[in-house]
Amino acid sequence: MAAAPAKTPGQAPLVLGLLLAPALFWLLALVILPHVDLAILSFRERVGPRQYAASLAQYKTFFEEPLYLHVFLRTAVMSVIATFLTLLLAFPIAWIIAKLARGRAGSLLFIVCLIPFWVSETVRTLGWMILLRESGVLPALLVKLGLASVPPELLYRDATILVGLVYTSLLFMVVPLVTALESLDNSLIEAAYDLGAGGFTILRKIVIPHAAPGITAGCIVVFMLTLGNYLTPTLLGGKNSQWFTEQIYTQFITRFNWEQGAAFGFLLLGLSTALVVAGLKISGQQFGDVMRRT
Amino acid sequence: MAAERLVKRFADHLAVDSLSFSVQRGSFFSILGPSGCGKTTLLRMIAGFIAPDEGDIVIGGKSMYGVAPNRRPVNMVFQQLALFPMMSVGENVAFGLARRGMDRAQQRQRSNAMLERVGLAGAYPKRVDELSGGQRQRVAIARSLVLEPTLLLLDEPLGALDLKLREHMKIELKQLQAAFGTTFVYITHDQSEALVLSDHVAVMNQGRFEQIGTPQDLYYRPQTPFVAGFVGANNRIVGRATVRDGTMTELTTADGWSMRALQYGDSAVGDAVEVFVRPEIATLARSAAELPPDQPAHSGEVQSVLFDGANSAVLLQEIKTRREFRIALPQTGQFSDLRPHEKIAFSFDPQRAVCFAARSGVTA
Repeated sequence: MAAAPAKTPGQAPLVLGLLLAPALFWLLALVILPHVDLAILSFRERVGPRQYAASLAQYKTFFEEPLYLHVFLRTAVMSVIATFLTLLLAFPIAWIIAKLARGRAGSLLFIVCLIPFWVSETVRTLGWMILLRESGVLPALLVKLGLASVPPELLYRDATILVGLVYTSLLFMVVPLVTALESLDNSLIEAAYDLGAGGFTILRKIVIPHAAPGITAGCIVVFMLTLGNYLTPTLLGGKNSQWFTEQIYTQFITRFNWEQGAAFGFLLLGLSTALVVAGLKISGQQFGDVMRRT
Repeated sequence: MAAERLVKRFADHLAVDSLSFSVQRGSFFSILGPSGCGKTTLLRMIAGFIAPDEGDIVIGGKSMYGVAPNRRPVNMVFQQLALFPMMSVGENVAFGLARRGMDRAQQRQRSNAMLERVGLAGAYPKRVDELSGGQRQRVAIARSLVLEPTLLLLDEPLGALDLKLREHMKIELKQLQAAFGTTFVYITHDQSEALVLSDHVAVMNQGRFEQIGTPQDLYYRPQTPFVAGFVGANNRIVGRATVRDGTMTELTTADGWSMRALQYGDSAVGDAVEVFVRPEIATLARSAAELPPDQPAHSGEVQSVLFDGANSAVLLQEIKTRREFRIALPQTGQFSDLRPHEKIAFSFDPQRAVCFAARSGVTA
């Protein structure tokens, strides 16, 4: 018994280390090592058969070829739009779940948001294709209602890509928003109302400032998922989608140009980091604070 | 402000039952009642958060029917204060002014002036969580008063404070109300708050007002057994009326203890009655001969001495019936040496004891 207290100080870091070991191993082996390897790949150039030299050629190609730059910027803009649309759609849903629905109704609504995720993303997206393609359900309905003379092709449009991306991301926005809104004391809303504020002012002055960390967290998650999405833009947008992840896929798999693909991968990582940092700066939030509150 | 036959039902429960009352401009009006008596519902109806099922509320001569809370000349101080944590103290106070479209410089000047009046000069740029409980309380009141409402509603604003601060804030609230001259409508379940603060108090029970009156009226001249039992400490004795003699009733308990009391309302001989005797109207004496000669003497045995400074009392049992009776100890310290099981004589002025027909469910 007497020895027990003396043992504790030395033991605590050991136990902590053991508990963290799987996570640290995972981080090192599956995240850090591959990225180091890709970083090395991206900074070299093939000068002859099995001969490589360090160079910035891969990054130079990106800036010299207008197509790559165009696709890159387009992906960024579309992702920002998709994130914003997801926020607009998720906010009322989260409000209803957090504030209006009582007890069972609230959890039921939450489950309704969750149900689509029981099906794999591929199947879900293929479902959208069945609905939207020229011979699909929705165009046929439009013809029947007399809104179109021939069935329109709804696939392969930017709007369709956005619909798919918003649909895929909705839950990841709703969850942090519900958490943020549930912690908002109803008496704050009543007090603002009592002091003469209308609905819009209450939203702007009380609800949004309170939910800001949740909004930021949701936007970061949705933005990253959207930017790195491959399946949805490819299936719903086809050749017109011009999503940057497709370019990476093409370099790795079709062209077998791993050096170029790795460089593109790092450019995408840089883009998402830059935009998240910019978003935090604009909204005046701290990354640590946002992640803790989620 | 006046209410006319207000009714509010929740499912099959009548929360507010056909209430009519009026509050004088510039007075401090309290609604006192146990939790669940409907007082919060009533306050929220005045503020406009709940619409009454029947009846109307008139404030400053205008009907409030269909008027939203943000358009009423009424402001509310919430139980949990509901200060906006995302804003500075000054922005909290200026919030209502900004909603009226006042320009920034003027908002700032008015808010600063109001903060100064509640003793928080220079607190404008502070964060809400930098303030103490009592200071937050004052900010919450300042935030409402800066709008110069016709009526300020206060929903148990002292409930969350500790005892010492609550006593202090009670005095401060009264001084604030006197200084501003705004009509205050205050709800509380704490009778001491209601008595200390108010010009008029309404005692509420099961959706109705039992009695409206000055604190002195409620304390010395309760009109119903509920008020007598709820406001202040009281000894309650249940028995049957044996003699009716003008305004006085003589009663005897089932186990044979007799006393006289002033009758309120109607009771015939043989009816069940309830008598209330305040602990401080009774006189103690070592022997019956020392008691005031015009008062009927009773005798008892000391059960315990409840020392509480100025509110000290002795709990005794009437000698024959073993019924508990509480008597305040005189401030002179005369009876501070009382010991349990000691025999003692006591009496009280029957004119100051009140007698009511027993409520249904009360048996002798």
